[in-house]
Amino acid sequence: MVVTILNVVIAGLLLGGIYALTAVGLSLQYGVARVLNIAHGEFIMLGAFITWSAFTLLGINPLVSLTICGPVLFAVGFILYRTLFTRLRISSPTPGAFEGNSMLACFGLLFIIQNVAILIWGADIKGYTYLTFSVDFWGAKFAGKRLLTLGFALVICLAFYLFLARTRLGKAIRAAAQDPDTAGLMGVKINQVLAICFGFGAMMAGLGGALISMCYEIQPTMGLDYTMIALIVMVLGGLGSIPGSFIGGLILGLVGSIVTYVQPGLSLVAYYVIFMLLLLAKPTGILGK
Amino acid sequence: MPMLEGRGVTRYFGGLAAVINVDFQVEQGEVLGLIGPNGAGKTTLFNLISAALTPRAGSITFKGREITNLKPYQICRMGVARTFQTVKVFSNMSAFNNVLLGASFGRGNRIASTDAAKEAGELLEFVGLAQAEAIPAKDLTLANQKRLEVARALATRPELLLLDEMMEGLNSTEVSRAMELVKSIQRRGITVIMIEHVMKAIMNVCGRIMVLHHGAKIAEGTPQEISSDKTVIEVYFGEHVDAEN
Amino acid sequence: MGIGKATSKDILAMGLGLLILALSAAAPLYASVYMVVMLTSVLMYVTIAVSWTLFSGPTGYISLASAAFFGAGIYTAAVSGNALPLPLVIVLGGVVGFCLAILVGALTLRLRGIYFVMFTFGLVELLLHFVMWWEVNITGTTGRVVPPVANTTVFYIMLMILVVLLLTVVCLRRSRYGLALQSIGENEEAASHSGVHVTALKTIIYGVSGLFMGAAGAVMAARWTYIDPTIAFNPLISFMPVLMAIFGGLEPLYGPIIGAIIFTYLEQILITRFPYYYMLIFGIIMVVAILYMPDGLVGLTERLWKRISEKRYADA
Repeated sequence: MVVTILNVVIAGLLLGGIYALTAVGLSLQYGVARVLNIAHGEFIMLGAFITWSAFTLLGINPLVSLTICGPVLFAVGFILYRTLFTRLRISSPTPGAFEGNSMLACFGLLFIIQNVAILIWGADIKGYTYLTFSVDFWGAKFAGKRLLTLGFALVICLAFYLFLARTRLGKAIRAAAQDPDTAGLMGVKINQVLAICFGFGAMMAGLGGALISMCYEIQPTMGLDYTMIALIVMVLGGLGSIPGSFIGGLILGLVGSIVTYVQPGLSLVAYYVIFMLLLLAKPTGILGK
Repeated sequence: MPMLEGRGVTRYFGGLAAVINVDFQVEQGEVLGLIGPNGAGKTTLFNLISAALTPRAGSITFKGREITNLKPYQICRMGVARTFQTVKVFSNMSAFNNVLLGASFGRGNRIASTDAAKEAGELLEFVGLAQAEAIPAKDLTLANQKRLEVARALATRPELLLLDEMMEGLNSTEVSRAMELVKSIQRRGITVIMIEHVMKAIMNVCGRIMVLHHGAKIAEGTPQEISSDKTVIEVYFGEHVDAEN
Repeated sequence: MGIGKATSKDILAMGLGLLILALSAAAPLYASVYMVVMLTSVLMYVTIAVSWTLFSGPTGYISLASAAFFGAGIYTAAVSGNALPLPLVIVLGGVVGFCLAILVGALTLRLRGIYFVMFTFGLVELLLHFVMWWEVNITGTTGRVVPPVANTTVFYIMLMILVVLLLTVVCLRRSRYGLALQSIGENEEAASHSGVHVTALKTIIYGVSGLFMGAAGAVMAARWTYIDPTIAFNPLISFMPVLMAIFGGLEPLYGPIIGAIIFTYLEQILITRFPYYYMLIFGIIMVVAILYMPDGLVGLTERLWKRISEKRYADA
């Protein structure tokens, strides 16, 4: 009984850690760069598939792949922002128009990235076995790789938090999140910072995807669900709040794990019910302004 | 019974008190001036009356009916209309259609579309914009956009009209024309509350004036009383140089 | 352009429209079966695109849930097709689409637009998962068989749905509600202060758009004799009307129609040759259109038209 509960909790935290990681990434992109990146899940998918390819074709350890996925996805996000979104920012008459246009551009990107992935890797479900050791704890076995993945997810989030709080660039990002215009006046190279933020967002997605590939099966069409979940987490934590997304992710992960235990296949429905309740009662979420 | 009455109206923004415990009464047919330095809470008070915001405390009644928790469209349909400090015209719609929108909704039973169109035409003429009927609102000058907003507000057949800094940014000729417009609105039997910084207009057009400062009402009275009130003069010292006073 | 006044442009468009309508209606008489089937697809996409633009065009609230309403219509037909006569199935599909849209609207349209976008984005996946779970756990079946309907019947019903939709659009735009809808898109706060019940209007119009998408889905269900959740709830159907509107412009009577015709034709050509490339191409077109064609194709011609008639304002 206790073992089952612990398993559910650990699975929940693992899921939650991944949700938190990807939601923080999306929160960076929306909260700071003001791009509602509905193609976010596709970046997650890319991270997963790069890791899969690296493992199955080159035998590279998935944990090492983290160091590949991260920079690669960062570069993708950074370049996308500097080319596509900066262009849109200039040509959009109002900030509201930019939000709408950039969201639609991401919609287009969604189909582009997904179909490129299908072309490269085929449409089937893929997976790989990695680290099947188990950890003995309180007289029961827990999947070792899950604990490891959870650990990594938390470490990445912590590292990012320290980065935001302690470094100069982190402060610039926080300033830009509060008020891009004033930050620009204070000498923050705003275009650069926004592009970096977007890149970081993509990087987190990629890292999340790599971790996902370690524990679950993957498919080129997997992105849509993860985007939805990241959106719901953002609303739960409060739009524009990065710590909110972290907390929201953990909560949603736990909910998902419990629901999957009770009635598998309904976790997404459960998330949406939470979404609806939020919209009815407190759209600003837990930490939202 | 006063047409509009507010008791203990209070509104905070976070920890900042924007409007504190303000009591006010507006009698039918009068033109009440609402003045005070920037940030005094004047527009916030308008927002509370028109239900763009809800008060933290206090109540507002219009013709005896409590309007504190209604929605803006309901308050409009009861007979309260307003203009905005930052002009909110429908930019890509023609001037005519801007006013027509007001005439098609607003107070009272639904009127036939031909009547609404006629009303819109008349009101455009009333504010002096008959020539600009077909021009998209965004292509009008600021002064004309303000007049358009007034026409649109009047089209909703209000009994009470709230004018928010209608004369800001106007030159002295335009100010005189605007003053005339307010007077003719009053002649139509519509009660007016106007927020203004242009003292010449306030002193000339308003029968009564209310002064806000840091969210509280500090004075109330006729133009003569207000212009000789010590507290008001202190508050305004250095704010407005006005030869007429 | 006020209510009740028809401009020369309107009359031209209406005349052209009637001509196309007459030609289309006679199609089964002179065209091949393949052509009729393809025309049905065109009509379907036009219906969805116009329904989408009816709401999202004037208000600026971008709905990504078209596939949800369409899919709901399909599933309604799949579930009730064996028990009810076809006309009733279509109406039921419309009702289901309407109710679903009203629900979504009531939930999200009183809040900022971003919540609407997010909620509608995930709706298709939600319905997909839910119906799948339902079929696996409650009914025990996967998918359903739909009673087949003749190609020409499907064609005519689809045509009828589109005609009713276009008439609805015209009536709406000429009424005060069309003006109100436009004003909501321009400045919601000012519209509200002018007496417009903004949330109610948005929600009802969204319901109407969902109605037609649901009805279209109900009739198209007959095309696929076997329906399962992955077939019914296809994110592509959310993507296409947006693409068509962006490319064709947001004028509900011309823009999405032009866009829909172009893209349906393109899709039919490409889908057989390059099943995955064509979505890629459409995705690229979408991004390019957003970058370089902010008003769409129709917007471009509108700007040309304006340049010709601009002289009028010179002396105002």
